[in-house]
Amino acid sequence: MNSPLLSALMAALPQFVSGTWLTVQLVALSLLLGLVLATLVAVLRLSHLTPVSWAARGYIHVFRSTPLLVQIFLIYYGLGQFDAVRQSVLWPLLREPYWCAIIAFTLNTGAYTAEIMRGGIEAVPHGQVEAARACGMNGALLFRRIILPQAFRQALPAYGNEIILMLQGSALASIITLMELTGVAKAIAARTFQPIEVFCLAGAVYLGMSFVITRGVHLAERRLNPARK
Amino acid sequence: MLDLLGFGGRGWGLQLLQGMGMTVLVAVSAYLWGLLLGGMAATLKLSGHRGGRVAADVYTTIVRGVPSLLVIYLLFFGGNSAATWVATLLGFNGPVELSALPVGILAVGTVSGAYSAEVLRGGALAVPHGQVEAAKALGMGRWLTFRRVLLPQTLRYALPGLGNVWQLTLKDTSLVSVVALVELMRVAYLAQGATRQPFLFFTTAGLLYLGLAGLSGRLFARAEVWAGRGVRRAAR
Repeated sequence: MNSPLLSALMAALPQFVSGTWLTVQLVALSLLLGLVLATLVAVLRLSHLTPVSWAARGYIHVFRSTPLLVQIFLIYYGLGQFDAVRQSVLWPLLREPYWCAIIAFTLNTGAYTAEIMRGGIEAVPHGQVEAARACGMNGALLFRRIILPQAFRQALPAYGNEIILMLQGSALASIITLMELTGVAKAIAARTFQPIEVFCLAGAVYLGMSFVITRGVHLAERRLNPARK
Repeated sequence: MLDLLGFGGRGWGLQLLQGMGMTVLVAVSAYLWGLLLGGMAATLKLSGHRGGRVAADVYTTIVRGVPSLLVIYLLFFGGNSAATWVATLLGFNGPVELSALPVGILAVGTVSGAYSAEVLRGGALAVPHGQVEAAKALGMGRWLTFRRVLLPQTLRYALPGLGNVWQLTLKDTSLVSVVALVELMRVAYLAQGATRQPFLFFTTAGLLYLGLAGLSGRLFARAEVWAGRGVRRAAR
């Protein structure tokens, strides 16, 4: 590596750090909101009310079958087209690329996670539901105490994959001007004329984060399943 | 407003269809390139050759661990700068720009290949080993065993997973729009810029992607039925 490049990269280090921090923020916030949304949608998806179940199914299908980029553009550019949106209380949020990205990512990961959660919920043995009912539990209590904890545990390995996919999807935030890791890398690559080195460096940071996530999920799996140790 | 989607005067219908054609072209080429790459990587992973196995592991781990967008940027901008460097060596001056189509196919296909590799490896491992031994006992050579016993069954086991990889690849093609290849997403972007109707055009693009995904999903389901003919199922 030649030294002007090295000094250029050193000068860009604070930018890389702030870009990584923004990536972490986007991913963490979207995953958190997405998980809440997904749990709700998964429950609706399994509802015995046909219209409710179909609505959940439609949402999942649409958001899983279209590119994330379309979803981001629809929210960032598309919604601003309507005067009703521009005059609404939500406009301060929808005007910001940051919140548009969060909304798009949340809706996207929510759809994928809902299917993962559905698998988890369906894997809970029915005998346990019957036992809980026999003990007098119903509705929310049954979900909170019996179904959801086991569903989460069951869904954890698949959810780990979804976390990684969300991390990779967060790179698209750079297309709507957010300077997260990929955005920073692109700007520095354009300035230093050394795209290969800069993008490889950004790739290494992503790999590092993926590795940490994989290890974290693995640890969580072991902690939640004492029997499998 | 809907005349903007039509084929006459102000309509963007024709461009949208052409963009969709380009999307299909990129997706199919990238998918095939990915299958080739993934097939080679899976073979290396399953081979006894240590160096090959490590190389294939490095490929799938890295490509599946970084965003597709970054792979596209790396191959596009990195490719341009490498091409410029080579051109300077050959005595040409000024920057060289590679054509977006082949680079886009290469980039999306490289990502697709990393996922295909894992799916194909899983499929190959599902073929009972006794069958390979039986083929050997019948006097089949390695190539013949591969062609007659291993490959057809690997493909059948891998088909559902390969369908997922296809859907992933189809959606990934939208990222190539950022390097100015005029596919569906890029047409929608240009159209909304010209007409100030972003909601209309991005919804249309979304619906077209939905149509492509649905249609190809049905094709894969058919292929699964075809590949599984004559196979008894545990449950249905």
